[in-house]
Amino acid sequence: MIEATGLTKRYGATVAVDNLSFEVKPGRVTGFLGPNGAGKSTTMRMILGLDTPTSGQVTIDGQRYRDLHQPLTKVGALLDAKWVHPNRSARAHLAWMAASNKLPKDSVDKALEMVGLTAVANKRAGAFSLGMSQRLGIAGALLGDPEVLLFDEPVNGLDPEGIVWIRTFMHRLADEGRTVLVSSHLLSEMALTAEDLVVIGRGKLIAQSTTQEFVDRASGTTVKVRTPQLDQLAGVLHQQQLVTRIEDVENEGKVLFVEGDLTTDQIGETAAAHGIVLHELTLQRGSLEQAFMQMTGDSVEYHAHDEIAAVTQLDAPSGAEVAAGPKEDN
Amino acid sequence: MSVITVERIKLFSTRSPWWCMIVAAVLTVGFAALTTGFLKGADEQQATIFITQPGAQLSQMVMMVMAALAVTTEYRFGTIRTSFQAVPQRAALLLGKTAVVAFLSGVIGLIASFGAWGVGSLFASNADLSINTGAEWRLLAGQGLVFAISAVIAVAVGILIRQSAGAIAILILWPLLVENLVNLIPKVGDDLARWAPFANGSSFLNQGQDFGLAGAGAGGSDFALSPWWALLYFAGWAAALMAIALFSASKRDA
Ligand SMILES: Nc1ncnc2c1ncn2[C@@H]1O[C@H](COP(=O)(O)OP(=O)(O)OP(=O)(O)O)[C@@H](O)[C@H]1O
Ligand SMILES: [Mg+2]
Repeated sequence: MIEATGLTKRYGATVAVDNLSFEVKPGRVTGFLGPNGAGKSTTMRMILGLDTPTSGQVTIDGQRYRDLHQPLTKVGALLDAKWVHPNRSARAHLAWMAASNKLPKDSVDKALEMVGLTAVANKRAGAFSLGMSQRLGIAGALLGDPEVLLFDEPVNGLDPEGIVWIRTFMHRLADEGRTVLVSSHLLSEMALTAEDLVVIGRGKLIAQSTTQEFVDRASGTTVKVRTPQLDQLAGVLHQQQLVTRIEDVENEGKVLFVEGDLTTDQIGETAAAHGIVLHELTLQRGSLEQAFMQMTGDSVEYHAHDEIAAVTQLDAPSGAEVAAGPKEDN
Repeated sequence: MSVITVERIKLFSTRSPWWCMIVAAVLTVGFAALTTGFLKGADEQQATIFITQPGAQLSQMVMMVMAALAVTTEYRFGTIRTSFQAVPQRAALLLGKTAVVAFLSGVIGLIASFGAWGVGSLFASNADLSINTGAEWRLLAGQGLVFAISAVIAVAVGILIRQSAGAIAILILWPLLVENLVNLIPKVGDDLARWAPFANGSSFLNQGQDFGLAGAGAGGSDFALSPWWALLYFAGWAAALMAIALFSASKRDA
């Protein structure tokens, strides 16, 4: 388990990570999502003790990385596939890593085998393609058979085959009970890879939830309702603080659209309670990327109002209330 | 000591350290051949051990470049981060690197000095080049110590500067230029020069040598300390720089 509390990193005037708190649980793939420059890599460097936080701390099973004994057996990481000496062979690269943590002799061959680099193990790493470098990086991460794994944008620049390979790999690692944290700036990618999400924008936490919850909320669902008692239903829903909009849809006449994150159940029950007849009740979902942009864009907007808390707190019991918050301000 | 193994694997798994070591050894031996190979008659008989060693300082430079590169290439290629990730006790890891690099430099220093002496003995076979005074032993065997200590300084500078060109420029300009130019400063210049670190490294080697053909002042004459104190002083500089470098590496972001 990785636990960050109040993690903050400043580089001169730039606040790369801003009072970030989150948890990454074992046995699941957790996506670390944020647009470019959000502070994902900086956070990962702090997890690994490479950069020192300006304030706050991050621990792995309660221990700071720098206090770990033979850390490769506990935490494996691939932050940048290019962090290899180009004139060193893949085998030599893994060999010094193995020696540093007194790993068994066969660990290098096993890791090479696992990522399918055995055939090119003695070639210089500088001649590797991006996909091969990425595999070498993953071999390095897996070398010590660690419980915790960090991958920074591992699918960047990979072809579809490579992407599927990595995705499958992550799931296998999580299924084995490991803690897996994978960063990405693509929600669509994370929706396929991760079960949990930690979402950041401009160094601040935007959301921590399951991917499903986030996608449901992020994609700004709209419920489409057709009913002969349009005005009556709209009135009742207004009383429930819901935003509605009536539109003329071709061939369907007047249709009621209810905005915000809510379930069709809620509307159906409300209608029944007031004896309103429904002809159609459909959940409509926006595009993921668009929604993600909107959410991370929001985070910027909300900095100004200092109302980030309203957006960030996702442990609130019902998603509906939380999402209603930012919408009202729009 | 796993950090020693780590740094040994790192150093020997790329080619450039090998080249530096070969060049360093060949330079000193080659210069010895040049300075002794063309001596005739009376000149040849006057040859001393000292004149077999003119290439040593150049070889020492080459080894310092290798030592600095052993650190700066790690920063350049980002492997320093992988290294600190594998061994978060940064000072321990960097000391391991220092030990490996300094040991190798020392060995090359010995190969260079004794190799040069051997070649000199071969070419100037009519001269008495046998090693029989303490000073002569100090000149040849001491080269190993001076090479090792200067490698420590080079690693420290590499850690502090992190960048190849800058580190190498400092390491070459400092002993060759800065330590000689301070002489020109009025009043304090002479003292500064006598107390400069690399000057004391040379002073350790050169005191009490028979400069022979090279002329009386060839190895310097204005020494601040006796040979072994001079060496200790030189080593003190290396230790101080290394301490600062290790402190800095532990504090700064990798
Ligand atoms: N060493 C550094 N010195 C100065 N600024 C830095 C440093 N590292 C990161 N930053 C700044 O901190 C911010 C966060 O950068 P970071 O690389 O962590 O973002 P990221 O989420 O990984 O982005 P990307 O998706 O592009 O990889 C950026 O504004 C970046 O310019
Ligand atoms: Mg990044």
